[in-house]
Amino acid sequence: MAVKVQHERSLSRWQRLLLRPELGSIAGLVVVFAFFALAAGGSGFLSWDGTRNYLEVAAQLGILASAVALLMIAGEFDLSVGSMIGVAAISLALLAHPSYGNLPLSLAFLVTLGFALLVGYLNGYLVMRTGLPSFIVTLAMMFILAGANIGFTKLITKLTIVSGLNEKIAADPFAQLFTGSLLGLPAAVWWWLGTTAVLSFVLLRTPFGNWIFGAGGDANAARNVGVPVRRVKITLFMLTAAAATLLATIQVMGLGSANVLQGQGKELEAIAAAVIGGCLLTGGYGSVIGAGIGALILAIVQQGIVYTNIDLDWFKVMVGGMILGAVILNNYLRRLSLQVRR
Amino acid sequence: MRKLWLAMLLALGMGLALAQQVRIVVVSHGQAADPFWSVVKNGVEAAARETGARVEYRAPETFDMVRMAQLIDAAVASRPSGIVVSIPDGKALERSIRAAVRAGIPVVSMNSGSDVAESLGVLVHVGQTEYEAGLGAGQRMKAAGVKNAICVNHEVGNVALDLRCKGFFDGLGIRPNVIPVKIGDPTGIRNAVAAALQRDPTIDGVLTLGPTTAEPVLQALEGKKVTFGTFDLSPAVLTALSQRKMAFAIDQQQWLQGYLPIIILNNYVKYGLLPANKVIMTGPGFVTPENAAQVIELSKRGIR
Repeated sequence: MAVKVQHERSLSRWQRLLLRPELGSIAGLVVVFAFFALAAGGSGFLSWDGTRNYLEVAAQLGILASAVALLMIAGEFDLSVGSMIGVAAISLALLAHPSYGNLPLSLAFLVTLGFALLVGYLNGYLVMRTGLPSFIVTLAMMFILAGANIGFTKLITKLTIVSGLNEKIAADPFAQLFTGSLLGLPAAVWWWLGTTAVLSFVLLRTPFGNWIFGAGGDANAARNVGVPVRRVKITLFMLTAAAATLLATIQVMGLGSANVLQGQGKELEAIAAAVIGGCLLTGGYGSVIGAGIGALILAIVQQGIVYTNIDLDWFKVMVGGMILGAVILNNYLRRLSLQVRR
Repeated sequence: MRKLWLAMLLALGMGLALAQQVRIVVVSHGQAADPFWSVVKNGVEAAARETGARVEYRAPETFDMVRMAQLIDAAVASRPSGIVVSIPDGKALERSIRAAVRAGIPVVSMNSGSDVAESLGVLVHVGQTEYEAGLGAGQRMKAAGVKNAICVNHEVGNVALDLRCKGFFDGLGIRPNVIPVKIGDPTGIRNAVAAALQRDPTIDGVLTLGPTTAEPVLQALEGKKVTFGTFDLSPAVLTALSQRKMAFAIDQQQWLQGYLPIIILNNYVKYGLLPANKVIMTGPGFVTPENAAQVIELSKRGIR
């Protein structure tokens, strides 16, 4: 260990930059942004409105991706976050809706968050208890949550949209936390910057962060040196469920309604963002800031393509191409950085 | 083990008792989570209550024609008195529907497939014709002075929705401009429409194909001079209509699309009676700011 530190000190600043996991995603961001600036700069993509447009989409995905990145670094997946968004959105809307729960928004939020943490705990507990891959456990949870969400919502409302919260939200100062804007940027963007900063600090500057790397790198070795692997992983499953709840809250407060399909497919987008940002599928390596940049790349592609002349039928081809390109670039740079280390 | 035998005997006994009862299986392509389809299902359940028929409602979890064909095959294998299907893709479901007809099971189609229903051996189709409904929306906007419009499609590949957009642009007489969106991402929907309007400020008409997309799009159009119409109703759409934030909603009275096929099959199975129309039209009806108020109450109850 001490030898490595000595060695790293002798590296130039440029070489040390190459060692950072988010470097590939930064390069990807430059490429993608340049592409859309050239292809669609004249039609509003570069304007303030256009910027705010994709930043908001990036923020919503980024909130989720920052938590998912930590979990992936700890060597686990959570495929249930997409369904969790739908469950949290419906739960919040039903609890707060004048015709159903009629709780104050803040209380509805807390109850929903409590339930989400419970689901997260259950995910983590099942993974640790059964020893099954989290991919499988959370895949099952994804179906269970999605199905229960539809079933319960229809049982209670006969419909699958819970709408008509707008007046209540407009009258409640608590909602300002999620719907307001500061310096011209919507609340979602600030939440994103906040979660990314906090989680990145936890990962890089606290013992818990070291435990995350340890648990994902080699769980047995980590256990042997006293890392509470089980607690770390269960906590992180609770964190992803909490991030899903935060995202759902932002969406419901912004729209004044919730529908049971909300968040569908977001789990894969979050994983894509984390992977573009340098997280390895095998765990033990990655970056929260990288995941944020990954979310930004995906959002720029998703929203930027509307500003171009490209036929939108091809949209998913672009997204897939971008993911592949970014990951190949990541791998190349990672290999380069390993050569530097030698 | 003994319990298992008892349960099997009990099931057999129940099966015999139910053999006298009309049993209808409904297979639709509507995702259970789509508010539009929950109204259809409410219509199905109401007709089941009124006729005393045993009705089972099945739908794939996502828009998936292969899965839907499998569901129809499974329904045929269970030998029901009648089958109700929606036909969003005639080619993909042809084999399964023909198999039902060959097995002597009366089939009534609903919602989508008016153009292929008869050729597949379906007795009656209950629904609206998609292209004409889109055409009507386009003509309405043209009459309101719309020159340049977008169609927001949340299920590209669903022929019925593609036809609505096509009819819409033909009705307007302009080049198609379809914005594909993901139904589960309200912010993405809102911002995609905002981006489209920013890119081309001359856009003065927007059509959405369902309430799930209409609500976020309403936000994107806040304060803009754009004529906005949607397919299908929801409480929020009706509120927007009564506040004149929207020009129209195309109502296909989908409650009837669930309700009527059960009634028709029940009468056909019991008495051999059948309406003479090959297509029973439930739409398009236009809900406008003028008549929105009366529809609101029914919509809250999941009937419209």
